[in-house]
Amino acid sequence: MSVPADLRYTPEHEWISVDGTSASIGITEYAAQQLGDVVYVSLPAPGSTVSAGEPCGEVESVKSVSDLYCPVDGEVIEVNTELEDDPSLVNAEPYTAGWMFRVRVPQDGNGDPALPPDLLSAAEYEELTKSAG
Amino acid sequence: MTPFAGWLMPLRYASETAEHQAVRHAAGLFDLSHMGEIAVSGPQAGAALDYALVGHLSALRPGRARYTMICAEDGGVLDDLVVYRQDEDRFLVIANAANTDTVSAALRSRAAGHDAQVTDETADHALIAVQGPAAAGILEPLTAGLDLAAMKYYAGEFGEVAGRKAWVARTGYTGEDGFEVFCRPEDAVPVWEALASAGAGAGLVPAGLAARDTLRLEAGMPLYGNELGPDVTPFEAGLGRVVKFDKPGEFVGREALAARAASGPRKRLAGLTIQSRRIARHGYPVLADGEASGEVTSGAPSPTLGVPIAMAYIETGVGADRALAVGIRGQAVPAELTDLPFYRRRQ
Repeated sequence: MSVPADLRYTPEHEWISVDGTSASIGITEYAAQQLGDVVYVSLPAPGSTVSAGEPCGEVESVKSVSDLYCPVDGEVIEVNTELEDDPSLVNAEPYTAGWMFRVRVPQDGNGDPALPPDLLSAAEYEELTKSAG
Repeated sequence: MTPFAGWLMPLRYASETAEHQAVRHAAGLFDLSHMGEIAVSGPQAGAALDYALVGHLSALRPGRARYTMICAEDGGVLDDLVVYRQDEDRFLVIANAANTDTVSAALRSRAAGHDAQVTDETADHALIAVQGPAAAGILEPLTAGLDLAAMKYYAGEFGEVAGRKAWVARTGYTGEDGFEVFCRPEDAVPVWEALASAGAGAGLVPAGLAARDTLRLEAGMPLYGNELGPDVTPFEAGLGRVVKFDKPGEFVGREALAARAASGPRKRLAGLTIQSRRIARHGYPVLADGEASGEVTSGAPSPTLGVPIAMAYIETGVGADRALAVGIRGQAVPAELTDLPFYRRRQ
């Protein structure tokens, strides 16, 4: 199971990739495996405001439906429309073609992206999935 | 793995969609050892089952199988069953895992007064199913003492699979041709491994509970706890044909079932095709012209049809002249009445 070292993670199994003030978000390979084949993804509308820790969409698999949580505060600037036609990208390539949405993150006083302090490193996230069995 | 009726079951081995497609186009291998096996034996075993179940089991010829149900006095379904007549004096009743104790106790109490013994043999049997168009070709070379080519649908025989004693039947829960192999638990691993290796070149893959559920849903087969339960009779489920009123003697539930047959079902089981990618799941409301008119019992994406499908109990008067929808987490998603089964294999 892959946990790319250059991404940050949440205990709810989202990953986040920050580039300047833009953050791409998806769900981890571990989450995709736990869900099984993803058949539908509901994403926040572009232009809408999302809050860290709040549900902002749904990921539906053959056997279950789960809330999608936003890891950061910000404004949705783009969603992955490919997932409308092919939600199985979430299983096949969760960290690349299966990305879900992009958020513009506000800047802190130093001009850096203002991220929640409790995002996990790859090592911390891997530890979490191992203890979950 | 997932806990299921006291067993730890594989929900999927890899992708449930790929497992489903393998069963439709090649073959799938299922471990169904959780199913209950209850033997009813003795000179009056057939008569005891005629009294205990809604079917006419004493009329079943040795080597044949029958789909039937066990009902309560009020006509409610306690379980749906497959019954094999393995021998003149021996029947094997296959119960759902969660109901094995209930069925076993009911059979024991209903067999009282007959010269028949009821024995829960679940722990003495493993059950491995090989299902799909390639199933016969995969199983045949591994068997001895069996004529698979001549075996009819809903028939079974004692023989050998991979050198191990087994009861092999042409039955299943997938809507495809296929076989169920009942063997001793200590023989399950060698039988499984022999089948897996014999089938690898023919596209056979191990398949889990998730694929089993979508396969039976496409085939319009009810699942106990979803479409069947103590609150419905076989008539609501559209399976009134399993109740044999013309068999000799009394049977448990006859009076209530006869009344329901006369009055007609209180609701009916319908097929729905969902006009969205979202899944109408168990318990979601069915709306007719915006009014609550039923409830979804099972729903899943149909890998064969490429759209979500569902079974639902709806009010008997509701037909295709009403605008149907399913309330999916607060949103009314249009749905279309669809004849069951959703999928029928080409003969």
